[in-house]
Amino acid sequence: MTVLDIAVQVDARGLSCPMPIVRTAQAVRPLAAGALVEVLATDPGSQRDFVAWCRATGHDLVEQTTEGTVHRFVIRRK
Amino acid sequence: MTKQSFDPIAEAIADVEGVPEAFAEAFRAPDGDRKPRELVIICYSGDLEKTWASLILASTAAASGTPTRMFLTFWGLQAFVKDEVRITGQSWMQKMLAFMQRPGISHRKLSKMNFMGMGPWMMGTLAKQYGVAKPKELLEAAMALGVELMPCQMTMDMFGLKRSDMIDGMGEPVGAATVIELLANGAAPLFI
Repeated sequence: MTVLDIAVQVDARGLSCPMPIVRTAQAVRPLAAGALVEVLATDPGSQRDFVAWCRATGHDLVEQTTEGTVHRFVIRRK
Repeated sequence: MTKQSFDPIAEAIADVEGVPEAFAEAFRAPDGDRKPRELVIICYSGDLEKTWASLILASTAAASGTPTRMFLTFWGLQAFVKDEVRITGQSWMQKMLAFMQRPGISHRKLSKMNFMGMGPWMMGTLAKQYGVAKPKELLEAAMALGVELMPCQMTMDMFGLKRSDMIDGMGEPVGAATVIELLANGAAPLFI
């Protein structure tokens, strides 16, 4: 497994829709293009929401994994 | 009798399905880039549940890169008065209306099951329990993400609301014609 150079981590565990997306958008905004953001969320809807959000914004969903109830997303800024 | 007789329907469907492509073509900027479709949420209601829904959609749209505006009119504007302002207006009727329905984002009532504040209190408690952001938090996030708030000039006049009564960061007051122009130029409308 390669070690990713994560610029910012967003801990959205325990937050409901739409805060995982809103918090991630706020975290992504100041970063340079190509920077990686890691998001942790427990909202089951986030699994589909982050795919849709990346399509809408043009950011790249690099990784999507689930461990127990925690969903992890790695997003590369456009 | 052949399937041929149903062709007019198929043709009609094909015609309708062809429309989005035509729209997409019409909105393509001269440099070939697609112009992002804008969103205008017309906030007419001041009810807790509807204000909540408006702010969820506004903050998510802005987070997704959609240029988003909220046109605040009638009871929808009352929600964007500063929380600490208790009574607004100059005439006794304007003051009486503000007294009957306290303005401010943190003082919204449910349209149903309000029960003297029991309903909103239970909604607030459940929201906290399930990690649902309250309207005030969503409003702050929406504004940080660049959602433009457009107060309705007519509503401000009718309720006697001053610019200083409104939350900070509010845009210039506008009228219905401004909203109609945005919609005529292709912005998606939501009336809540």
